[in-house]
Amino acid sequence: MTAYTATVTIRPKRGVLDPEAETTQQALSRLGFDVNALRSADRFEIDFDAESSEAATERAEEMAERLLANPTIHDYDVVVTDR
Amino acid sequence: MIAVVQFGGSNCDRDAVRALDHVGFDARRVWHEDGLPAETDGIVLPGGFSYGDYLRAGAMAARSSVMAEIRQQVEDGTPVLGVCNGAQIGCEARLTPGAFTTNRSARFQCEHVHLRVENANTPWTHAYEAGEVISLPIAHGEGRFEIAEETLSELNAENRVLFRYCNADGAVTDAANPNGSTDNIAGVIGERDTTAVLMPHPERATFPELAENGTDGRAILEGFAVADP
Repeated sequence: MTAYTATVTIRPKRGVLDPEAETTQQALSRLGFDVNALRSADRFEIDFDAESSEAATERAEEMAERLLANPTIHDYDVVVTDR
Repeated sequence: MIAVVQFGGSNCDRDAVRALDHVGFDARRVWHEDGLPAETDGIVLPGGFSYGDYLRAGAMAARSSVMAEIRQQVEDGTPVLGVCNGAQIGCEARLTPGAFTTNRSARFQCEHVHLRVENANTPWTHAYEAGEVISLPIAHGEGRFEIAEETLSELNAENRVLFRYCNADGAVTDAANPNGSTDNIAGVIGERDTTAVLMPHPERATFPELAENGTDGRAILEGFAVADP
């Protein structure tokens, strides 16, 4: 078994409204920043052991599907690194 | 006995029990870790902020152990009603399609809304006619209904939309949509019509004493008697 860190990034699907991101962008504008667009995402860093990097990726994807993301409104990506 | 399932952070559980009692049901609060009593013949997932809305509203409660029991009851045709946070939990648990997420305004909204009854042929809407306009209070920050386009087509084809936000005349307009919900959808049913979720609060519009709220919610709660197998 090898120790891995899976970084799971969850973001709204393209076309799904993100009012929090819009509000944040407006706040940046009020502070004088010239911003064309702002997208926000949640990032989870998960440490666990797995047989291989492929197995670790598969496990992290399952975590995203079953809890971390809501597939109706989110896309996600997974990056696995050795620890 | 209708089990009103209480999670840490539920805050409409007492209201639901009181309203159901007023309508004539035996309703009790059931702590989620205690599991459903054997005599359960109806389930309410009440409003509130279960698990502090951690991750997403309803996400944690939807993965709690009592959900396996609730899922079984759903399959058996036991009437299950999710209100507000209960609706978020129902969608997160995939008892009903779609998801409820941050309001278009990015604000918590507490106001009265008009709803058009879309499908009157369910236990929850049996007292109404399709197209009828009712009024209920809403109180939510994450009530914007989102759904994949193909699932929405299925939902419409199967007539599984219960209520749409509308104006006083029953017109489904963008101005009457309080939270930016897709197609103004305020409530839907699951694969069986005995399972329903909605963001507005029927239990807050049941007592005549709360005159401002009206009593249009009463008939929705009476759905438990209609759906009783």
